Amino acid sequence: MEENIKTSVKDFLIDEVLRDFSNNSKDDAIKQQLAVLRNEKIEEPVIYIGAGTCGLGAGAGKTLKAVEKYLKEKEIKARIIEAGCIGLCSSEPILDVHLPSYNRVSFEKVTEDKVVSLLDKVFSLEIPEENILGQFKTHESKEWEHVRYFNEHPFFAPQKRLVLKNCGIINPVDINEYIARGGYKSFIKAINIYKSLDICDIIEKSGLRGRGGGGFPTGRKWKFANAEVSDQKYLICNADEGDPGAFMDRAVIEGDPHRVIEGMAIGAYAIGATKTYVYIRAEYPLAIERLIIAIEQAKEYGLIGHDIFGTGVDFEIKIKKGAGAFVCGEETALMHSIEGKRGMPRPRPPFPTTNGLFGKPTVINNVETFANVSNIIENGSEWFSAIGTPSSKGTKVFALSGKIALTGLIEIPMGTKIRDILFNIAGGILDNKKFKSVQIGGPSGGCITEANLDIEIDYESLIKVGAMMGSGGLVVMDEGTCMVDVAKFFMNFIQRESCGKCIPCREGTKRLLEILESITGKPQKENNEALERFKAVMQMEKLCYVIKETSLCGLGQTAPNPVLSTLKWFRDEYEAHVFDRKCPAGVCKNLKEYNINVDACTGCTVCSKKCPANAIVGSKKQAHFIVQDKCIGCGACYEACKFNAINVI
Amino acid sequence: METTVNELLQKYPEGKTENLIPILQDIQDIDGFLSESSVVKVGQHLKLSTSKIFGVATFYNQFRFKPLGKFHVQVCRGTACHVLGSSTVLEEIEKSLGIKAGNTTKDGLFSIEVVACIGACGLAPVVNINGNFHAKLTGEKIKDIIENYRNQ
Repeated sequence: MEENIKTSVKDFLIDEVLRDFSNNSKDDAIKQQLAVLRNEKIEEPVIYIGAGTCGLGAGAGKTLKAVEKYLKEKEIKARIIEAGCIGLCSSEPILDVHLPSYNRVSFEKVTEDKVVSLLDKVFSLEIPEENILGQFKTHESKEWEHVRYFNEHPFFAPQKRLVLKNCGIINPVDINEYIARGGYKSFIKAINIYKSLDICDIIEKSGLRGRGGGGFPTGRKWKFANAEVSDQKYLICNADEGDPGAFMDRAVIEGDPHRVIEGMAIGAYAIGATKTYVYIRAEYPLAIERLIIAIEQAKEYGLIGHDIFGTGVDFEIKIKKGAGAFVCGEETALMHSIEGKRGMPRPRPPFPTTNGLFGKPTVINNVETFANVSNIIENGSEWFSAIGTPSSKGTKVFALSGKIALTGLIEIPMGTKIRDILFNIAGGILDNKKFKSVQIGGPSGGCITEANLDIEIDYESLIKVGAMMGSGGLVVMDEGTCMVDVAKFFMNFIQRESCGKCIPCREGTKRLLEILESITGKPQKENNEALERFKAVMQMEKLCYVIKETSLCGLGQTAPNPVLSTLKWFRDEYEAHVFDRKCPAGVCKNLKEYNINVDACTGCTVCSKKCPANAIVGSKKQAHFIVQDKCIGCGACYEACKFNAINVI
Repeated sequence: METTVNELLQKYPEGKTENLIPILQDIQDIDGFLSESSVVKVGQHLKLSTSKIFGVATFYNQFRFKPLGKFHVQVCRGTACHVLGSSTVLEEIEKSLGIKAGNTTKDGLFSIEVVACIGACGLAPVVNINGNFHAKLTGEKIKDIIENYRNQ
């Protein structure tokens, strides 16, 4: 019986929706059935739980169990759907309740202990005052009074969600819902009415540029590959999101995997590739799991496979798990990794579009780039190019994290001011502290300071101020962040991830790290250490430029950016570290000096017992003393002292 | 173990170099690490020299050559986690387990691994223990969490 219903839904969607891609005036019966499949018209209550990685991290799994238990105890028949991430990580776990004939309504911070009281209220048609995120306009449903709409929430109001349209809203592993919301129509339209070169044209005219960081025009790249003659071409989706601080690709795949598959299918048709790969980080197990399910579903519906919908188009998709190497985000390194080799870059040209994976023409695009494609085919290139700035079209997804009130994923039109992102959308700096900088673009990117907060975000404007788009991670830093420490953090990352092929990158980044370590390290009085440090600092900038100019791949060429950028905007902090041996933000432990106020010390000996370095001497009931040469600056004594007798300088 | 590696290799009958990384990943999923004997077997199957396989395996951060502890503690050291104090969290874990990152405790209970970014930046600092996320950590919180695992 169930099998029959499943087949009939499948047939309905394939015959009435997908094959009928150009006909938008649907009769009422079809509209009603689509509303059912979209989960808008429901017979029994539906409870959605945001179960992306961040939701699960915040305790969505426990919330889910509590909901199941509640429904069982109260004998309520309701469906539970594990949705992806809506983007507001700091409000997780997020739980939505959709009662028949009422608007769907969303609640934030629903930890397991809150489930019972919340559901009790909602099921008796009462909306509690706290924890409301907003209600969604739902097909033919009553609205909840005095509850704001979701798109009126300050975090969501300024956003333009095209790529993230379905994320957190739909059931990510239900192909029916995706199709009922207009999915795969663009793909079927593309292979039925457009020639492959037409698709390249549309994408080129739309102005879509690679969202992985480089910003190369996608349509042009596709044209290069389209023009190649070869028995086999490949298309690769780069989901090796290695930038620390970026998680948009993960969220898109977890929340709406079919959108990525559809974009890849259209791309493959446009360049004439039949075999495609998704190269995805092994650190994203949930994304991989959902992608596998989505691929199986698409196969069942004949959207992946041989002779799709009788058009003669073949499309095959394989998942390759990355093995944890940052450099594999670089396209030639990524291809080597798929081939089973060490992921080291090679010189370009030849470009992958002529000589790529296994020596064949290959196009590599980022997850977000593919996620944009179906919208462009559906709405046309003019629609897309009307959004954004003259040089950068469309929207961009950013991952907001660090010392900011609201963290998560946002999608905004290109050209939005960074100040608006931080202070309007994300609610300003955490704990009302003073803003210092926002780091954009990961280890290859740079810092944006107060002075540049009003630039309008696009590929060019960011480069002008010494940063870059990268994949779009925005890490916010406040007055309590030490920029020298941040530079040291990135250099530590990069020197570990340098593949070792080019000496300037392999050795240079290590030297940069050593210099930064000596600047932030414990002052030593012997060995001319101070002189060495000054010499090193004087040469640091020069070394940066050597690395930039003589490295082969993008990783090496951008490796010194964290140092150059912090040096440019925060030279005073470097100087404080070098000349005064002080860390203005109080982060660099080794530059802190602790001493004991003899008058306040009661000689309780707690600090000397806590000290891991045995640096505190003194006998019982006598004032103690810190031996500075032994002190490692850990602050254990400071935390242990009950008499506030320890000073930090 | 011997047989599982052999069974696994049957899944990749073509013996293409392209399958090297997936094979190593599968072995590590089952055994928890790559042992010398399994690497030799893979070499025979794919007709690759052992040194070449080690060359590939050591290039990637994912592969380990030592067994893991019962509880595998992955500490995220991404940018957001760093800015919000993951170095203190890592120090605290190292201190309470008495080992450095990359090692396993003598009783085989815990192993620590530093990972670049888990992608849960909105919940920084994050630690992942055997697939369970622990979010918004402080030095104090992680101490209790480790103790809880120890008493399990």
